[in-house]
Amino acid sequence: MDEGLKSELQKQGVFVTTWDALVNWGRSNSIWPLQFGLACCAIEMIATAASRYDIARFGSEIFRASPRQADLMIVAGTVTKKMAPQVVRLYNQMAEPKYVISMGACATSGGPFHTGYNVLKGIDRYIPVDVYIPGCPPTPQALLEGLTKLQEKIRARSMGAALQEKKGEYPVPEYGKQGLEPRYHPDVWQPPTQHPFDYQRAGGGATP
Amino acid sequence: MTTTSAAETQTLEVNLGPQHPSTHGVFRMIATLDGETILKLKPVMGYLHRNHEQIGERATYIASFPFTDRLDYFNAMSNNFGLAIAIEKLGGVAASERGEYLRVIMAELTRLLNHAAVTGFLINDMGTFGTPLLYAFREREKILDLFEAASGSRMMCNYVRPGGVREDVPEGWLQQARELVSNFPRFIDEFERLLTDNEILQQRAKHVGVLPKELAINAGITGPMLRASGVNYDVRKVDGYSIYPRFQFKVPLGTVGDVYDRFYVRILEMRESVKILQQALKEVPGGPAISPKGLALVKAPRTFRPAKGEAYGRVEAPKGELGFYLVSDGSPQPYRYHIRAPSFVNLTVLEDMCLGHKVADVIIILGSVDIVLGEVDR
Repeated sequence: MDEGLKSELQKQGVFVTTWDALVNWGRSNSIWPLQFGLACCAIEMIATAASRYDIARFGSEIFRASPRQADLMIVAGTVTKKMAPQVVRLYNQMAEPKYVISMGACATSGGPFHTGYNVLKGIDRYIPVDVYIPGCPPTPQALLEGLTKLQEKIRARSMGAALQEKKGEYPVPEYGKQGLEPRYHPDVWQPPTQHPFDYQRAGGGATP
Repeated sequence: MTTTSAAETQTLEVNLGPQHPSTHGVFRMIATLDGETILKLKPVMGYLHRNHEQIGERATYIASFPFTDRLDYFNAMSNNFGLAIAIEKLGGVAASERGEYLRVIMAELTRLLNHAAVTGFLINDMGTFGTPLLYAFREREKILDLFEAASGSRMMCNYVRPGGVREDVPEGWLQQARELVSNFPRFIDEFERLLTDNEILQQRAKHVGVLPKELAINAGITGPMLRASGVNYDVRKVDGYSIYPRFQFKVPLGTVGDVYDRFYVRILEMRESVKILQQALKEVPGGPAISPKGLALVKAPRTFRPAKGEAYGRVEAPKGELGFYLVSDGSPQPYRYHIRAPSFVNLTVLEDMCLGHKVADVIIILGSVDIVLGEVDR
């Protein structure tokens, strides 16, 4: 639309916008997170919701206990093999369009516990993650930064496009003979076919 | 609507958790109900088992400190303190005078933070969404600012070391701490005005989840839960570790051992902690924050090879007796590294306290136990 006409109309008190911009403005400013804490990061999540940092400024203060009412899952903490099926199941139960923030080092990569036998090497191998927040635990400011990044991501796409690409259900990791035998979703994560050091040896990487 | 006679009723199994707004983390309870009355309650743990002990056995003694932060993630400083005492016993390291004072100040600040927050969570579980928890978190933020100034991190402080503390506190820190401590009783008064005589709280909490004295002793319960049942046992008094014998403070005791007593003992303990803090902040001496032997240990952790033997260091963490058991085989890593987690032991009597109560009471009984799953599952 012509900018001159737009400003002329605004002087008369008429505001013109697109339907998508209006819907996305509402959608991005009312992201309801799932009230779901796993470990240490959950305490910082509560601190973010408390009075000092006040996540309500960004419209996300309504933590829902049911995944059916939530738009956003903040994976706040270490995901263990015992907990992984529940996390994926909760994600599957959320309504479209749905988003995931991986909060902290543990949810992103296993963090300090990644050497352990019981800790997942990142939740992004099982469900798609939109925003990663580093830190152990991330400060409330970092979580708010992650939330605004997610808002930008939501605003960048039209509502129709967001609904078109349904994320759908992801396979729940199942128990087998060896305990939890995770089935990676090929769209989300694939095991590397070549070891990173092999690139270097072949001369493709940095000089040793 | 159909009417059923008494003969036709059946029991119902309800699964609470691991994703549940009240369970303080990923804890699961399988409750068998008759109507709304609890007949059986089976706790399921292990959803946050992060193999802390196994990692500790593969790392050097000092390398376990960051992991202890993540045990009971409310009270990083107390956890560090426990491991530091165990290593000091094992290696014969003495702490510097200033280091001891700083450690006690940090541990007591942690207790204030934990008791305020857990009381807020307990009231939150009763259905008061927000207000007391927000008050508690407001105070928590002030204490976290002090922790951040001293250690560089809000929650995972990783600050206490064998022989003292990692770094001396910055300039003006002690004055800030004094101001905070002198203002803290006002918060407790405000909190008490809001809660202690509140009729709803009394109705919900009195004579609910009673833990008899004998059962508490037999089950090995420690901390505010044990003292709420009327047993005078506080590791700070019994063991007299660090410099606690120098301070004047009382051990508050409950009479009935119900949820209300557990709530009120925590309030009173905050007042006693304020007393300890005032005394400690008044007499902090100068000098190095860490003793020379401790500094050598921290700077070169691989050279610390304690002689064969074992040591058990324990502290009165806000949740109870937190013990670290170390066995050395003469190598830089501990041969065995075990943690006696108070939350885990306190949780064992959950079913005994819940039987015969309603579902809504189970939530507040669990809240009054004060568990942190990082410590329960380790």
